[in-house]
Amino acid sequence: MADPAASETLLQTPLYDLHVGLGARMVPFACYDMPVQFEGIIAEHTWTRENAGLFDVSHMGQAFLIGPDHETIAKALQAIVPSAITTLKPGRVRYTVLLNGEGGIDDDLMVTRPAEEGTDGRLFLVVNAARKDVDFPMIAAAMPEGVRLEILDDRALIALQGPKAAEMLVKHVPGVDEMAFMSSMDAAFDGLDVKVSRSGYTGEDGYEISVAAGTSEAVARALLSHDEVKPIGLGARDSLRLEAGLCLYGHDIDETTSPVEGDITFVMQKSRREATDFPGAARIMKEFNEGASKKRVGFRLEGRAPAREGADVLSEDGTKIGHLTSGGFAPSVGAPIAMGYVDAAHAEVGTPVKIVVRGRELAASVAAMPFVEQRYYRKPA
Amino acid sequence: MTTYYSKDHEWVAVEGDTATIGITDYAQSQLGDVVFLELPDVGKTLAKGDEAAVVESVKAASEVYAAISGDVSEANDALADEPAKVNEDPEGAAWFIKMTIANKSELDELMDEVAYKAFLETL
Repeated sequence: MADPAASETLLQTPLYDLHVGLGARMVPFACYDMPVQFEGIIAEHTWTRENAGLFDVSHMGQAFLIGPDHETIAKALQAIVPSAITTLKPGRVRYTVLLNGEGGIDDDLMVTRPAEEGTDGRLFLVVNAARKDVDFPMIAAAMPEGVRLEILDDRALIALQGPKAAEMLVKHVPGVDEMAFMSSMDAAFDGLDVKVSRSGYTGEDGYEISVAAGTSEAVARALLSHDEVKPIGLGARDSLRLEAGLCLYGHDIDETTSPVEGDITFVMQKSRREATDFPGAARIMKEFNEGASKKRVGFRLEGRAPAREGADVLSEDGTKIGHLTSGGFAPSVGAPIAMGYVDAAHAEVGTPVKIVVRGRELAASVAAMPFVEQRYYRKPA
Repeated sequence: MTTYYSKDHEWVAVEGDTATIGITDYAQSQLGDVVFLELPDVGKTLAKGDEAAVVESVKAASEVYAAISGDVSEANDALADEPAKVNEDPEGAAWFIKMTIANKSELDELMDEVAYKAFLETL
């Protein structure tokens, strides 16, 4: 439970009153007082996989990178991320990472190139809540003259996720059902200005809706007015993303892990790998070409006992080969799952391992991720 | 049978020298969905305050400490297959363990139902 003294200093999102009114259990998270659950984590998790769940992710950091033209700001951002941004098409969204000089990951983020007229020379960024105070000054400091970072602290961010998300959102925003996965557009939600992208953190089809703080509750309430949409807390957000095999920054990836170790090399498009012009490129490309000494993998545990972040991973002969960075009971799998790092020699799917929980060695094996089928929207051919 | 309650939200139902122990409805509501339980072996001697069980919810593992001292005489192994019973019937079918009470005077340090309800009001 939140310490009452500490909660006085916690920040609130624009949807705080809505959560409290809906009976949420609130907990401190990244300096915000956030809903961890409404009805119950398993019920909310399952609801999102079968219907549509509404998540308040307004604690995340939103900003515009603004410069004279796309080429200029894309090149400026490419100086600190390993993804191809210059070739990002209007209306497209890309997942990338901020790199430090040692090739470690300072944060992961979403970068959107708006498609609308008059938006050339703008990129929309969404970074992690717990990292925005680090990221934003760092990004701003890395920008050349003529490129500036405009932090949007007056906007909310609402995620609508699940197989019924499109059917529900299209009632308010015409055309969203035909959007491609990882695309974005400015639109009107029942007449209110919003930025909608077809993306998310659950492995399901869904959307993330950026909206002015003052009108965000109206948007959330309109979506929640449908029987198919329920509010979902951070607890289920975490179990959903773990099943989807998605990284949680500060746990599964951090300042010390590289994109190769973190097994997210897809953030490095070929043109950037060939140019090797990003921070930490020497280490990262060496690991890319020769293999890293350790790798992020998934685990499935036998039995029902969950294993959590920090637990040691042992080889069959009892040698420590790694540790867990996330772990818990997976409601849709119906069993405990985990994510963590192991020495490269033990990273192959199917490798039997032992995970130490309260002094006991639980049988487990390296497992393919995602743990559940990803159901992102694919446009009909 | 008399039922006592601890500030750690355990209930202790006493019948003769035997105590049946579980967690309260308030405790299960705070823990959320229970997915796994680790109960002590039968025959284990627990001193008051020792770790008696571990309850794993979706989010976290929580230790349950022995409210009184004694020897474990029975563990509710049915909960292994149905941990969600702890959420459904925490003060009934989902008892954790039975103990042979070592020192009945320790019961005096626990609360009765009226006092426990008053204690919950203060939280």
